[in-house]
Amino acid sequence: MAEPEVSPAAAGGGGQLRNVFGGVLCAFTLLLIGVVAFSIRLFSVIKYESVIHEFDPYFNFRVTQFLSKNGIYEFWNWFDDRTWYPLGRVIGGTVYPGLTLTAGTIWWLLNSLNIPLSVETVCVFTAPIFSANASWATYLLTKEAKGTGAGLMAAAILAMVPSYISRSVAGSYDNEAVAIFALIFTFYLYVKTLNTGSLFYATLNALSYFYMVCSWGGYTFIINLIPMHVLLCIVTGRYSSRLYIAYAPLVILGTLLAALVPVVGFNAVMTSEHFASFLVFIILHVVALVYYIKGLLTPRLFKVAMTLVISVGLAVCFAVVAILVALVASSPTKGWSGRSLSLLDPTYASKYIPIIASVSEHQPPTWPSYFMDINVLAFLIPAGIISCFLPLSDASSFMVLYLVTAVYFSGVMVRLMLVLAPAACILSGIALSEVFSVLTRSIKFQLSKFFYDSPTSPGDSSPESSTNSTKNENRNEKSETAPKEKPSKKNRKKEKEVAESVSVKPKKEKRLLVLPFELSVMGILLLIVLGGFYVVHCVWAAAEAYSAPSIVLTSRSRDGLHVFDDFREAYAWLSHNTDVDDKVASWWDYGYQTTAMANRTVIVDNNTWNNTHIATVGTAMSSPEKAAWEIFNSLDVKYVLVVFGGLVGYPSDDINKFLWMVRIGGGVFPHIKEPDYLRDGQYRVDAQATPTMLNCLMYKLCYYRFVETDGKGFDKVRGYEIGKKHFKLTHFEEVFTTHHWMVRIYKLKPQKNRVRGKLKKPKASAKTSSTLAAGQKKNPWQ
Amino acid sequence: MPRATSDAKLLIQSLGKAYAATPTNLKIIDLYVVFVVATALIQVAYMGLVGSFPFNSFLSGVLSCIGTAVLAVCLRIQVNKDNKEFKDLPPERAFADFVLCNLVLHLVIMNFLG
Repeated sequence: MAEPEVSPAAAGGGGQLRNVFGGVLCAFTLLLIGVVAFSIRLFSVIKYESVIHEFDPYFNFRVTQFLSKNGIYEFWNWFDDRTWYPLGRVIGGTVYPGLTLTAGTIWWLLNSLNIPLSVETVCVFTAPIFSANASWATYLLTKEAKGTGAGLMAAAILAMVPSYISRSVAGSYDNEAVAIFALIFTFYLYVKTLNTGSLFYATLNALSYFYMVCSWGGYTFIINLIPMHVLLCIVTGRYSSRLYIAYAPLVILGTLLAALVPVVGFNAVMTSEHFASFLVFIILHVVALVYYIKGLLTPRLFKVAMTLVISVGLAVCFAVVAILVALVASSPTKGWSGRSLSLLDPTYASKYIPIIASVSEHQPPTWPSYFMDINVLAFLIPAGIISCFLPLSDASSFMVLYLVTAVYFSGVMVRLMLVLAPAACILSGIALSEVFSVLTRSIKFQLSKFFYDSPTSPGDSSPESSTNSTKNENRNEKSETAPKEKPSKKNRKKEKEVAESVSVKPKKEKRLLVLPFELSVMGILLLIVLGGFYVVHCVWAAAEAYSAPSIVLTSRSRDGLHVFDDFREAYAWLSHNTDVDDKVASWWDYGYQTTAMANRTVIVDNNTWNNTHIATVGTAMSSPEKAAWEIFNSLDVKYVLVVFGGLVGYPSDDINKFLWMVRIGGGVFPHIKEPDYLRDGQYRVDAQATPTMLNCLMYKLCYYRFVETDGKGFDKVRGYEIGKKHFKLTHFEEVFTTHHWMVRIYKLKPQKNRVRGKLKKPKASAKTSSTLAAGQKKNPWQ
Repeated sequence: MPRATSDAKLLIQSLGKAYAATPTNLKIIDLYVVFVVATALIQVAYMGLVGSFPFNSFLSGVLSCIGTAVLAVCLRIQVNKDNKEFKDLPPERAFADFVLCNLVLHLVIMNFLG
């Protein structure tokens, strides 16, 4: 921030009062920023209701309900038998517990204080609370790098940035809600340790990293970014003992704490995601030893020592690296997990793991989505990068590195725009704060000159009014101080940064940049207008684009607002009209919602940990009725649920997702071939569709009796009439269709007791006795 | 190569002389670090003999040794009077931080030991 120009006599008392006032103002601003961050995320609660959104949050909500009902020991040991029937899922060992434990603790705390909030309310509002915490953490982090002004600016920007809002609205109860806060806080503690060299902050850093590991799988970003930064510091000659204290305890304590979390376990020492940290740990120790010995010896002897050590060290290094390479190369994925590999090599998932490739969040983002998600920050970031280099410190180099890696990863997967958001906010905050400080300093200087009429103040030369003469002056001064490279370089960079500015070269050590009065006022006004545009865009994005709960849909038409509550209608029907132990089969998107809201056992859900099981369901959906019935019957399925948007024009229905079912099923069961469902490479369900497509279960279940709605069977999503209009179902019967035909539930017809006509073998006994003698039982999978 | 060996001897001698000049409290910390690293090596050798089950116990044993070594080195850095960056840090504060970090480390170790 600009230095106040106070006369020396009043400096003591006036300065202190200013400091106190500044501190109070700062605290009040932070409070307001927290309130903004909280309230901008409440649009969905106001427009719809306080409900959990989407798919994944329903699973987290169910887990939190279990935790609040049964306590923490039951939660750690919970084996869930109501999903992935008949395999079940070990919840205690496969879930990242940070989010549920946080919400559970808040709920327990509030209830013990006799504030009776329900678990659902706590879950819905966890994300806005932690986004307020995240903006305060951003303030702390940026303050460590560049000072209080930049901190406040960055915090204000982060409170509203649309990319973060999209994953943390009220109701979006997902891991990222607390994970982003943990990420920023861990980075803050790391930078604080780096700046102060205090072991206390190093301990806190490790504990905060533990919280991050508990919360999100993206913790691998931290444990790879920090070693990269340490390596960068070593390579650029910025090694100091503070670096050692910041990094070495973090590696040891962090690895141990990460191994404590059941879902990570021994992966903390055995997967390639963590090897970078160990490698840099070793390198850091070698460098520290080298510096220590350098301090002990005379330069000549040090040279001798170096030659000796290098010859021996290289041999040992080669041996170790050879062993490591052999170890890593022996595993087919080189030790990386599938998800991490798809980040490093964007084409990996589409070739080998179709499930990862099919999730829409895992696609690369389009260019407009950058402008939608970080708006104005997109062009403030380069200014921030430049500002970080003047002067370059450990903290500011960390910011730049964080930004560069975040930009790369956000380009690979649109979901990771979220990791880019804090970096973008920090750098834009730094840039904006610098510009504001330059402009306000100019105004102050010009005003003081105007009021006190003093010709010069130390270090500043008075600026000329016309731009041309100052440009000439600038050029002359550049040529006459050619040996002093740094200030002129600074001037050149600042010329690039503030387009309309005229830089005046300082004469002595003080490098104060002063601009003409009118330009400064115009500049400040324009920047405030820019900020206004940003705020308007963020509020619009929060209200219109990111507040849809996905479980309830609305549309406006001439006769008012239509509300489509079909999903909850279907789940409520299931929970009231079926037995508790009935199994429901559907595509994996709806698994979490079915278990949470309908409370029925499902076959596959959004966790997608077992590809073969999902492929089984996909094959069933792609097969003709009889084969599908056989598959579902072998899984004890009673009901099949499909989502169909053709009547109302809902585009994310199962017919649009069908090709993924075919691909995933075909990946495991080779008799399902994708070209069978395409006519000339085109996916169609009208009269031109292939017979395989018109006979498969998904087509039949979606379009059964659809022709009765308008007489022609016109599908509003696909935009044409369907191919097969009049058909009967032989192995399934329709039990429920929601009001807008969006969810349709079918029941498997039981086998007939008596079969008319001649039989080769008794079918009933072949079903009950599961002998495979002489190929009697026909295997539906061949 | 007589020149190399004589150089090596000179090197080791001057290293020894320079090291003997360090204060006693730092030498005690260095001795502690050597002891702890030796303990870690013994544990690794034992694991080579009897196999790595249960892996969490092995991991917690070795990492506790390396952890205390790292923390002791951090303490040495902060207490060393030649280090200009930590001139204003009272050694009592450095030692208190060291104790706190060790507490956390050993709490985690006891939990992970199994």
